[in-house]
Amino acid sequence: MWFDRLLQGFIDTFLMVGVSSLIALLAGIPLAVILVTSGKGGIYEAPALNRALGAFVNLFRSIPFLILMVALIPFTRLIVGTTYGVWAAVVPLTIAATPFFARIAEVSLREVDHGLIEAAQAMGCRRWHIVWHVLLPEALPGIVGGFTITLVTMINSSAMAGAIGAGGLGDIAYRYGYQRFDSQIMLTVIVLLVALVAVIQLGGDRLARDLNKR
Amino acid sequence: MNAVNARLRHEAPTPQSADQTELHPELNRALVRFIGLGKTYNGAQGPVAALQGIDLAIQRGEVFGIIGRSGAGKSSLIRTINRLEQPTSGRVLIDQIDIGEFDEDRLVELRRRIGMIFQHFNLMSAKTVWQNVELPLKVAGVPKEQRQRKVRELLELVGLQGKHKAYPAQLSGGQKQRVGIARALVHDPQILLCDEATSALDPETTQSILGLLREINQRLGLTIVLITHEMAVIREVCDRVVVLEQGRMVEQGPVWEVFGNPQHEVSRTLLAPLQHAIPQELQSRLQGQPASADAATVLRLKFSGIDREEPDLAALFSALGGRVRLLHGGIERIQGHGLGQLLLAVSGSSWGAEELRQRAGNWAQRVEVLGYVV
Repeated sequence: MWFDRLLQGFIDTFLMVGVSSLIALLAGIPLAVILVTSGKGGIYEAPALNRALGAFVNLFRSIPFLILMVALIPFTRLIVGTTYGVWAAVVPLTIAATPFFARIAEVSLREVDHGLIEAAQAMGCRRWHIVWHVLLPEALPGIVGGFTITLVTMINSSAMAGAIGAGGLGDIAYRYGYQRFDSQIMLTVIVLLVALVAVIQLGGDRLARDLNKR
Repeated sequence: MNAVNARLRHEAPTPQSADQTELHPELNRALVRFIGLGKTYNGAQGPVAALQGIDLAIQRGEVFGIIGRSGAGKSSLIRTINRLEQPTSGRVLIDQIDIGEFDEDRLVELRRRIGMIFQHFNLMSAKTVWQNVELPLKVAGVPKEQRQRKVRELLELVGLQGKHKAYPAQLSGGQKQRVGIARALVHDPQILLCDEATSALDPETTQSILGLLREINQRLGLTIVLITHEMAVIREVCDRVVVLEQGRMVEQGPVWEVFGNPQHEVSRTLLAPLQHAIPQELQSRLQGQPASADAATVLRLKFSGIDREEPDLAALFSALGGRVRLLHGGIERIQGHGLGQLLLAVSGSSWGAEELRQRAGNWAQRVEVLGYVV
């Protein structure tokens, strides 16, 4: 009985984190590329766009997740039709994860040696070639590392989402551990979370190391 | 005695105004021409002129050197050729076409005709040697079989056959620069730009890279434009050289001529490490006046461009008379011209210092009396 509940919680957490992080990955990389290339001296220099986008990202980054989640309730209802359950949690999680990940990816992209961009220009690369063949591959190890951090942060946030009825391991820990003092379930949830984070961190580190040829 | 130099100085190209050069057939055949080129940056303390009034013509097939101290504008100048740098005034013509107004399409097409190598190699760290060399072809949409043939051919040319799958981090500096050269040549360019290409390499590797550049220049007929702060590099490979200082051209001409008789203070400073200074120990022994009757007169004979018969030493010595000792010196050859100096101590001669100086003038371009030693 409680095993089924734990399994369901694990699956819910996995879904929430997986779906929101995947969307954050797909949206965050283009966002990071625009942030880097539109900056001063960038290959698509556009200072106004750069400032507007930077401000937008900072706005979402500065709101604590719990508050963001509550503030987004009307928006969530508009998108998924409900404010309860896993899919309702995916909306605020994605909106929190995307700017977070975009900023980390931006740092990795910015660290690509300007000499490489110059070399690419000198060999006759168009600007999108530079993004695709130079910026992204060179920043990839850093982006993978950043995505690992995003995943772990999202597991953290998803536990908070559990508190407003999203389900998942956070929800179980809150209801059984906090409200009923069932320390056995609490402990199991902790072990599961630690294991999940460890697997993600190790896997991410390993991948980043293999990709890094420097 | 200065007939040789006088003739050459007369022939040496001098900066001319744009109107005059327009009519000059020699300049119109030039592969790269700068006309009144200037570049001004907006620095923190107002505008900074990186380049001013550059008028130059680089001929097809030559190895052209640009030398100057750091901050002299060399990097800016070489980058205007493939427009990595946008000049603020003047024009750059390549094959008589002004590249100033090129849009992205024409610029991409132009850059595929101009290869470039860099001081820090600028290889993609996430790509193998093969992928690095292949990249310019890939972005140009060259079909795969053709790409493979070309990449293999170039890796063979630069001597990296066995390193296809290596990543740049696994290579030595010299090997990295060879990858850079292969990558720069993959589109069969007309011009190769070398931005301090050997400055990060040790002397031995520098020699091998310079040897490769010279080979490429001769075998493929490629025009090479290189910038460096090392005179030794210019001596090794260049046909002509221009000396930049604070964004202006201060001297230009065939390498042997600039080396043999540098006119500007900057050229002399840059040349100093290559020139045989008077050894310190000898300098301290020199006296302004003969200390005794048997003191020897020290003469410095400068040779700047021996292109006829080399000096006949026996004849020189008998003209000086007495006992002639060789203190220091040597002759080296640049582009077939002998350059150098000899320090001689003449004692027991029946001639005085001034007569000795004049007599030695028949063999050397310039003779000075440095002093006397016991």
